[in-house]
Amino acid sequence: MNATGIGAAVRRKEDFRFITGKGQYTDDINRPGQTYIHFLRSPHAHAKIEKIDVHAAKAMPGVLAVLTGAELAADKIGNLICGWMIHSKDGSPMKMAPHPAIAHGKACYVGDPVAVVVAETSAQAEDAAEKIAVDYEVLPAVADPAKAQADGAAQIHEVAPHNTIYQWHLGDAKAVDAAVKAANHVTRLHIVNNRLVPNAMEPRAAIGDYDAGNDSFTLWNTTQNPHVARLVISAFVGVAPEHKLRVIAPDVGGGFGSKIFIYSEEVVCLWASKKVGRPVKWVADRAEAFLADAHGRDHVTEAEMAFDADGRITALKAKTIANLGAYMSTFSSSVPTYLYATLLSGQYDIPHIYCEVDAVYTNTAPVDAYRGAGRPEATFVVERLVEVGARELGLDPAELRRKNFIKQFPHQTPVIMAYDAGDYHASLKKALELADHKGFAKRKRDAERQGKLRGMGFSTYIEACGIAPSSAVGSLGAGVGLWESAEVRVNPTGSVEVLTGCHSHGQGHETTFAQLVAERLGIPIENVAVVHGDTDKVQFGMGTYGSRSGAVGMSAIVKALDKVEAKAKKVASHLLEASENDIVFKDGKFTVAGTDKSAAWGDVALHAYIAHKFTGAQLEPGLKEGAFYDPTNFTFPAGCHVCEVEIDPETGIVSIANWTAVDDFGVVINPMIVEGQVHGGIAQGVGQALLENAVYNSDGQLVAGSFMDYTMPRADDLPSFKIDTTVTKCPGNPLGIKGCGEAGAIAAPAAVINAITDAIGSEDLAMPATAQAVWAAIEKRNKGQKAA
Amino acid sequence: MPAVKLTVNGKPVTADVDPRTLLVQFLRENLRLTGTHVGCDTSQCGACVVHVNGKAVKSCTLLVLTADGADVRTIESLANGEKLHPMQEAFRENHGLQCGFCTPGMIMTAVDIVHRKGNDLDEKTIREELEGNLCRCTGYHNIVKAIAAGAKAMAS
Repeated sequence: MNATGIGAAVRRKEDFRFITGKGQYTDDINRPGQTYIHFLRSPHAHAKIEKIDVHAAKAMPGVLAVLTGAELAADKIGNLICGWMIHSKDGSPMKMAPHPAIAHGKACYVGDPVAVVVAETSAQAEDAAEKIAVDYEVLPAVADPAKAQADGAAQIHEVAPHNTIYQWHLGDAKAVDAAVKAANHVTRLHIVNNRLVPNAMEPRAAIGDYDAGNDSFTLWNTTQNPHVARLVISAFVGVAPEHKLRVIAPDVGGGFGSKIFIYSEEVVCLWASKKVGRPVKWVADRAEAFLADAHGRDHVTEAEMAFDADGRITALKAKTIANLGAYMSTFSSSVPTYLYATLLSGQYDIPHIYCEVDAVYTNTAPVDAYRGAGRPEATFVVERLVEVGARELGLDPAELRRKNFIKQFPHQTPVIMAYDAGDYHASLKKALELADHKGFAKRKRDAERQGKLRGMGFSTYIEACGIAPSSAVGSLGAGVGLWESAEVRVNPTGSVEVLTGCHSHGQGHETTFAQLVAERLGIPIENVAVVHGDTDKVQFGMGTYGSRSGAVGMSAIVKALDKVEAKAKKVASHLLEASENDIVFKDGKFTVAGTDKSAAWGDVALHAYIAHKFTGAQLEPGLKEGAFYDPTNFTFPAGCHVCEVEIDPETGIVSIANWTAVDDFGVVINPMIVEGQVHGGIAQGVGQALLENAVYNSDGQLVAGSFMDYTMPRADDLPSFKIDTTVTKCPGNPLGIKGCGEAGAIAAPAAVINAITDAIGSEDLAMPATAQAVWAAIEKRNKGQKAA
Repeated sequence: MPAVKLTVNGKPVTADVDPRTLLVQFLRENLRLTGTHVGCDTSQCGACVVHVNGKAVKSCTLLVLTADGADVRTIESLANGEKLHPMQEAFRENHGLQCGFCTPGMIMTAVDIVHRKGNDLDEKTIREELEGNLCRCTGYHNIVKAIAAGAKAMAS
C-alpha cells in the first residue's frame, strides 16, 4: 500500500489551520462597511401579529433599517420551500403551507422571526430590537405530534386541515395483516423517537453582501451545500438570479444535517444588504440555534413484528406520526417516508412490510434531516422489535438475528430497496468476539455481587447512503438530482486542484480526496489541493449529507481522473513519439511499452500546456477534465453494534461499560477518519438514548433551550469504543465505497436501549433513558413483580 | 468609554471599550484573534477557553474590563512559529479534531489540565477534566487519546 494512498491512515491536511486557530469560519470573516442584523423572534408558539410598531426602534442609535414581513412581501421575496414532493395514499399532494422568511400576519413557533434590525454594531441591533412593539393575539398552540390531528387541536395552516401534511404509506397492507393473523407470535411496541437538537458546535451564520456596481450578491454561509442554497435562493425565493449570486461556505463547524437547509436568516441577510447598501452579518447565538435550527427525529410509532413457529419473521407493520414542526423545511418530507420506511427490512429477510406515516404540523421549530435522517428511526423500530421478540420467544437475540439475516445478494426488500452486497453474519460474529459475548454471563454475575445490574444489547443495523440514482429519487418525489460533480485541474507544474461539489465540515475531504488523486496520478499528496464550498470556483454540486461524499463525490473524481489520464496519454504519445496505444501510465510515469522511453508526470503536464509537440488540429492544449457521476443504486452500509451497560438500581445511573462496533463500509479510504466518523456517530446516538430531549411544553415553549437544559454528551458520559470493520465491496461504484458518516448515530440508540432493558428486565422505557427514567422503570417493574 | 490595558500573546494592548464587551469579543473583534470561538451563551461549551494569568478561563464569561492588567494567551500563541506545541501535534497525530470549531478551546483546556495534573494522565481523569468542553464531532475518543499523548510529550 502506498503511504498516502487508499487505505492509509494519512494525517489530515486541513488540521494545521484548525489547531493553530487559523480556520476561517463565517463569523471570522468581516466585510468592509459591514453592518449587523438582529432577528426579533416570536415569544409565542402561535399568535396573530396584529401590529408592529417600529418607530422607536428606528430612532435608536446606529440603526440603519427595521424590516418586517410586510416589506419582504412588498419586495416579492418568495417563500422558503420543501423540495421533496410526497403524495398521500389518496393521491393528493402534500399540504405545503407558505413559509415566509419573516412571519407575516401570524407567527407559528417560538423563534419564528417577526422583524429584523440592521445596525452599525450587533449590540445596537439587539438594543433596538427591544424597542419594536409587536401586538400579538395569542392563539392556542399544539406541540405534541400525537395530539396535532385531534378534533379541536389548534389549526396552524389553512391548507392543512387537522394539521395533516400527508398520509403516506408503503408496502402491502393486506399481506401484512394476513401474516400477522397467521403468526405464531406477534411482538408489539409503542415507540417514541425523541426530538433532538443537532447542535453543531459552530452556530449558523451568514453575511449578505450586495454589489450595486454589478447588481450581484455574495453570501458567506454555514451551509453543507452551497450550490443547493444558491439554487433555492434564486429559483424559489427569488432574491437574485442564479448567475448573480455567489455562495461561499468557508470552514463550517459541523453540520449533521442541520446546515443542509435553506433558512430565513441567509435570505434576509441578502435582501437586507441590498436595502441598506452595505454587507449584513448575522451570527446565531446558541439560544437562537436551539429555537430556529431544524430539529431532528420526533416520531411516535406503533409497531408490530410477526414470527412463525420457527422464529422466522413473517411480517412487520408500523404506523408512525412524524412531527415536521411549524413549516416544512427543505427536505423534511422525505425523512419520515423514503428515508425511513424503506429501511424497515433491516438486515432481515422479511416477506411482508407495511408502513403508514402521517406527517403533521405543530407549533414547534421545523424538523428535518439530522444525522441518519429516518434511518435511525427505522433501525430503532426494527432492532427493538427483534430484541424484544427474542426475549418474548425465549430465544438468544443473536441467534434470532442469524436465523433471519439476508444471506443472498442482491436482495429485493418489500419496501423498494434492493440491497447489493453485505455479510451480516460476518459483522455479528466479529462483534460478538470483540465484545467478549462469552464472558458476559460472568461479568453479569460479578456485577450482581456488587449490587449492580448489567445488560447487553445489540443493534444489527442497515442504512441506505449515497442517496440516488437521480432518476430513482426523482420518481419518488425529489426536486433535485443527487449526482455529484468533480473537476481535476492539472497545472503546468504538475500539481493538481480537485474541485468537488461536496462540502467538508469535519469529514476530512481535503485529505481523503487528495489520497485518491495522489495515488492515481503517482504524485505527492502535498501537490494535491481540494477546492470546495464556493459556487464561483466549483462547477456545481449537491453538497455533503447522507454519507454521500465518498460513494458519490469520489466516484465523480474517479471519472474525471479517467479522462485526465486518457488525455495525458495522448500528450505523452506526442512527447515520446509513440503510438497512444503503446503508452503505459503507472506510478506517475508514462512509458512506451517494450522500450526504456519514458516521461515523468510533470513533463507531460508541462507539455500539455506549452503545446510544442503537437498541433491544435491533433490535440487541444491543456489538462483539465470534469465529470458528473450519477450513482447506480443506493449503497448499503451495515454492521453490528454491541452495547454493554452497568446500572446502579439505587440511582438508575447507567454507565456504558463496553462499546463494540463492527461496520461494513465497503472499501475504506482512510481508516483513521472512518473510525472518527464512527466515534462521533455513536456519541450522538448515545446522546439520543441516554441524555438528549428537545422538550416543548403544551404551550409550545421550548423548555430545553440551552446547554443548561438540553443535555449534550460530555466526555465523562461516554466510554472509549472498540471499533473494527468487515468488508464487502459496494458493487455499485468504482471504488467500492459505502459511506460511514451516519452509521454510529443509526446503530447506537437501539443498542443502548436493548442493553438497559436487558439489564432491568422491563421493556417499559422511553428515550432518553435518564437516571430518573431508568430508576422509575426499575421501581415499576419491582412493584409489578410484588403485585404478581 | 473606559480604557483597558492588558497583555495578549506577549504584546501590550490598550483600547477604549464598551463596558459590556466580553473578553472573547475583544479578542475576536478588536484584535482579530479569531481562533478563539463562541459556541454558546451559557459558559457551557468551552470553545472560547484562553489562558488568563496562566489559568484556563472561558473568555465568554469575563468582561474585558475585569481582565485589565492580565496576561492573556490564546490558541494563536501556542505554536512557536511553524513548530507546533506538543499538544497541537498530539491532536493532529491522534485525529482529535474533525470540524475544528471546539479544537482551540479543547487544546487550551488540555494544556491547562497538564499544568495542573501533570504529564501522566489516565483516561478517567481526562474525561472528568473535560467536563467544561463540548465536542459534537469526535465522541471524545480521540480527544482523550490526544490529551494523554500530548501530556506525555509536554514532559520531554
